[in-house]
Amino acid sequence: MLSARIVRGVGLPLLSVFTAVIIGGIFIILAGYDPIAAYQGLLDGAFGDAASLTRTLVKMTPLVFSGLAVAFGFKGGLFNIGVQGQLIMGSVTSAWIGFALPVDLGDPVLSTVVHVFLALLAGAVGGALWGAIPGLLKAYTGAHEVITTIMFNYIASNLISWLLYAGSPAEGIPPGLLNDGNGVIARTPSILQTAQLPVIYDPPGPQALHLGLFLAVIAAVFILFLMNRTTFGFELRMVGLNSPAARYSGISVKRITVLTMVISGALAGLAGAMQTLGVNYRYEPNQSLGLGFDAITVALLASSHPLGILVSAFLFGAMDAGGTRMQFNSGVPTEIVMVVQALILMFVAAEQIIRMIYRIRGKAEVGQKLSTGWGQR
Amino acid sequence: MPTDEIVLEAIDICKQFPGVRANDHVNLSLHKGEILALLGENGAGKSTLMNIIYGLYHADSGAIKVKGREVTFVSPREAIHSGIGMVHQHFQLIPVMSVADNVVLGEEVTRGVLLDQTEAARRVRELSQQYNLAVEPGAIIEELPVGMQQRVEIIKALYRDAEILILDEPTAVLTPQEVEDLFKIMRDLSDRGVSIIFITHKLKEVLAVAHRIVVMRGGQVVGSALPAESTPESLAALMVGREVLLRVHKEAARPKDVVLEVANLSAHDDRQHPALRKVSFEVRSGEVLGVAGVQGNGQTELVEVLTGLRHGDSGQVRINGKDLTNASPRAVTSASCGHVPEDRQRFGLVGDYTVSENLVLNSYFEPPYAAPPSWRTLPLVAVLFAVPAIAIFAALAALWGEIQRLVVWPLVLSLFGITDVEAASRDAMKGPYLIELVETVVVALVLGYVAARLAFWLVNWVSKRGPAAGQTPRAGLVFNHTAVDAHASGLVAEYDIRTPSVETPGGSLSGGNQQKLVVAREFGRRPRLLIAAQPTRGIDVGSIEFIHQQIVAQRDAGAAVLLVSAELDEIMALSDRIVVMYKGEIVATVDAGAVTREQLGLLMAGAHAEDVLRSRPAASAA
Repeated sequence: MLSARIVRGVGLPLLSVFTAVIIGGIFIILAGYDPIAAYQGLLDGAFGDAASLTRTLVKMTPLVFSGLAVAFGFKGGLFNIGVQGQLIMGSVTSAWIGFALPVDLGDPVLSTVVHVFLALLAGAVGGALWGAIPGLLKAYTGAHEVITTIMFNYIASNLISWLLYAGSPAEGIPPGLLNDGNGVIARTPSILQTAQLPVIYDPPGPQALHLGLFLAVIAAVFILFLMNRTTFGFELRMVGLNSPAARYSGISVKRITVLTMVISGALAGLAGAMQTLGVNYRYEPNQSLGLGFDAITVALLASSHPLGILVSAFLFGAMDAGGTRMQFNSGVPTEIVMVVQALILMFVAAEQIIRMIYRIRGKAEVGQKLSTGWGQR
Repeated sequence: MPTDEIVLEAIDICKQFPGVRANDHVNLSLHKGEILALLGENGAGKSTLMNIIYGLYHADSGAIKVKGREVTFVSPREAIHSGIGMVHQHFQLIPVMSVADNVVLGEEVTRGVLLDQTEAARRVRELSQQYNLAVEPGAIIEELPVGMQQRVEIIKALYRDAEILILDEPTAVLTPQEVEDLFKIMRDLSDRGVSIIFITHKLKEVLAVAHRIVVMRGGQVVGSALPAESTPESLAALMVGREVLLRVHKEAARPKDVVLEVANLSAHDDRQHPALRKVSFEVRSGEVLGVAGVQGNGQTELVEVLTGLRHGDSGQVRINGKDLTNASPRAVTSASCGHVPEDRQRFGLVGDYTVSENLVLNSYFEPPYAAPPSWRTLPLVAVLFAVPAIAIFAALAALWGEIQRLVVWPLVLSLFGITDVEAASRDAMKGPYLIELVETVVVALVLGYVAARLAFWLVNWVSKRGPAAGQTPRAGLVFNHTAVDAHASGLVAEYDIRTPSVETPGGSLSGGNQQKLVVAREFGRRPRLLIAAQPTRGIDVGSIEFIHQQIVAQRDAGAAVLLVSAELDEIMALSDRIVVMYKGEIVATVDAGAVTREQLGLLMAGAHAEDVLRSRPAASAA
């Protein structure tokens, strides 16, 4: 039993990554470059020195939160594709509290603690509210969350575009409500010093390690605890595994569905807040491009296990961080990293391929059930 | 009729699964035109043997001969080509497609690249006429009753020229009438030279239809018999390996006060057709009220409305005098009602949850399994946790900071031979700074872990000592796995649930043990009202005997029992009073002792109670 679980939980993901790296190498050769030099550049850019490792850890931070958001939905039987939308809502609300709410309690340390807390809370609430709407729609009308969350991604990104619209001073068009009034770029004003996530480690170089990484680790442990050790987690997993049985045992499936989306959205919102409060110190539209979708791969690679997400987010953070150095050293375009990431997703989603390549015997399991069918409640 | 020609032979088949010898030197032969019943409990190895014959499994040793020729099937496709067809317990049909489409699926009749649906329908009609299997080729599968769907499965096998048919538990899902029809079909097929292996554990059916009976137990063939020379008792003993009580021993009921009162209850089914029409009855403490009826006459909906799973349109439900009309499932459970659901896979258990988790499926939130902080105490607990955690962390981190500054950093620098960090910044990036970064992250995580553990221990210590006198002792903040496992071990022993451990997933138990698990959970709470729907459907004789005894024991302990079953024998054996449902109405209420099987059968088929019961003045017609 245990060994089968280890094969499934650790062995197959490792082989998936390994295979993706090999096939990625073949692509590099076909494109006429040296794969060894490319991967060396990737490793060097991800772990080579203090600045590189810091970059990896900073890139990993939002992926942990967004990965947890996707995984939490999976456990409750929901496929939350709307992490991207919830994430940008969270990053904007945290930016808003960050620049619009001056916190001065005399002591700078106390002010920072309070302001950062409030800004993080705002990020979580923004994501949670945006997640709650598809949750309510699913619970009370049966509208499938895959459809609604995808649509809410578009609504979120266009809503934010409107709020951040730079305006056109020449034609007398006023800027959006949250624009900083620079007249050219769609972005919010800078957040106040007190709302910036404290820097834990600052090596020479542009990037500093902020508190977010540790918050991410705490969040992962907390989610693990919530899912496996509390009655709420018991209810949540039961709804995900067998919702008729959950109804039979007296659980309100509607309530759990909404709560799952709320918590998933809150985690996604926190992922966005990490970028705003820890990296950019304001919201800029392309700061979180694709984070919500990488999160799906991160969660799948970890089989939705919160501690596994720490590992897979680290891996994805490293690939993102090392890409530029790889291109600089070997000339291989950074897009090859995305090819490798896509291959990993493919192998994890279709684990039969990996089982076939490496002749891993075992029950041909019909994959994990991630979501219920259309129109089911 | 059976002939001397042997069409199928299994010789010395062995099959080993991890921990189980599923087939142990099994020999079996099947004659042309013979109906061979393969009898055995769940886990006796019947299905394994059939799956080997059908090419789904490969035997470890032994041989299969079809018409005297040795074969090795790698897949069912090859078995089908050798004339073997199998009808699985769970039908392999596509619900939204027509009968003809389902039959030809995989062997389509084509005209060029197009499907020839007229020709397909013609062939299906031809087959159904040839074998007396009345079914309309154009009908959509999901709109057909279960018995019809089964015929489609049989036609599907015959369409592929099957001469040997394997029927896996074919009667488990059928009504008594449908079972009769199936037996007629089986006899017809046998007369036309089709050989049938009929897998079952229902003794009466075996005696009614089989030409020869082979009994399996523990992976071995333990005997064979002819129906004429067998009795249900002798077969049951062979199957279980000991004497089995087929009749339930029970004293006369001593009914007391009314526990369940149902008045004028009406409800709709999933398709919004009326399913219950003004149903009224009551169940008293210490009696078993049986609900008889052909499946689909409102029994399912009745149980669902009573237990809060379906919304009733009108009428009233009172349990222990309390109005629980359209109450939530949890409210019904809390009113001391146990419910063994009709569909244990769907409602009764969570396959991926362990046996112990399944045993607290509807009581997990009660002490001692869990005692989470209430909304009022939650902030207190959070502060109690956060303040010491942060304090401990801050103290440890400050201490480490000093050690780092005074000891570690100079040591690292000297190790790399760097005296001036500012001047050597490029080299320092790769060496000392990298080490310092990793060190910072690791130390912070370790210190955080230590601080959290200490704070958690502190909270638990306080919460265990904290409660004032008179309060129930708190088992801790969270789901208490120790209490859940202890509860499970008790029930596993008491209800004889065969499981490797309480940590085994519930879904990996055999059907009979899954049902015992559900029964243990619901009966173990000693409910005042027990609603048992199809409590023994699809399970083995030994488990049926056990569950029947438990139902009587609950009754004698003072529970009011509402028993819904499609098995007339079960209703007759256990009930003190019987209500008969037909088209959503209760058409008769009778004393169990004053009615015959035949009379019940007529009532279930919709005959008027006055006509049926006229000869029996003792029975009271409703």
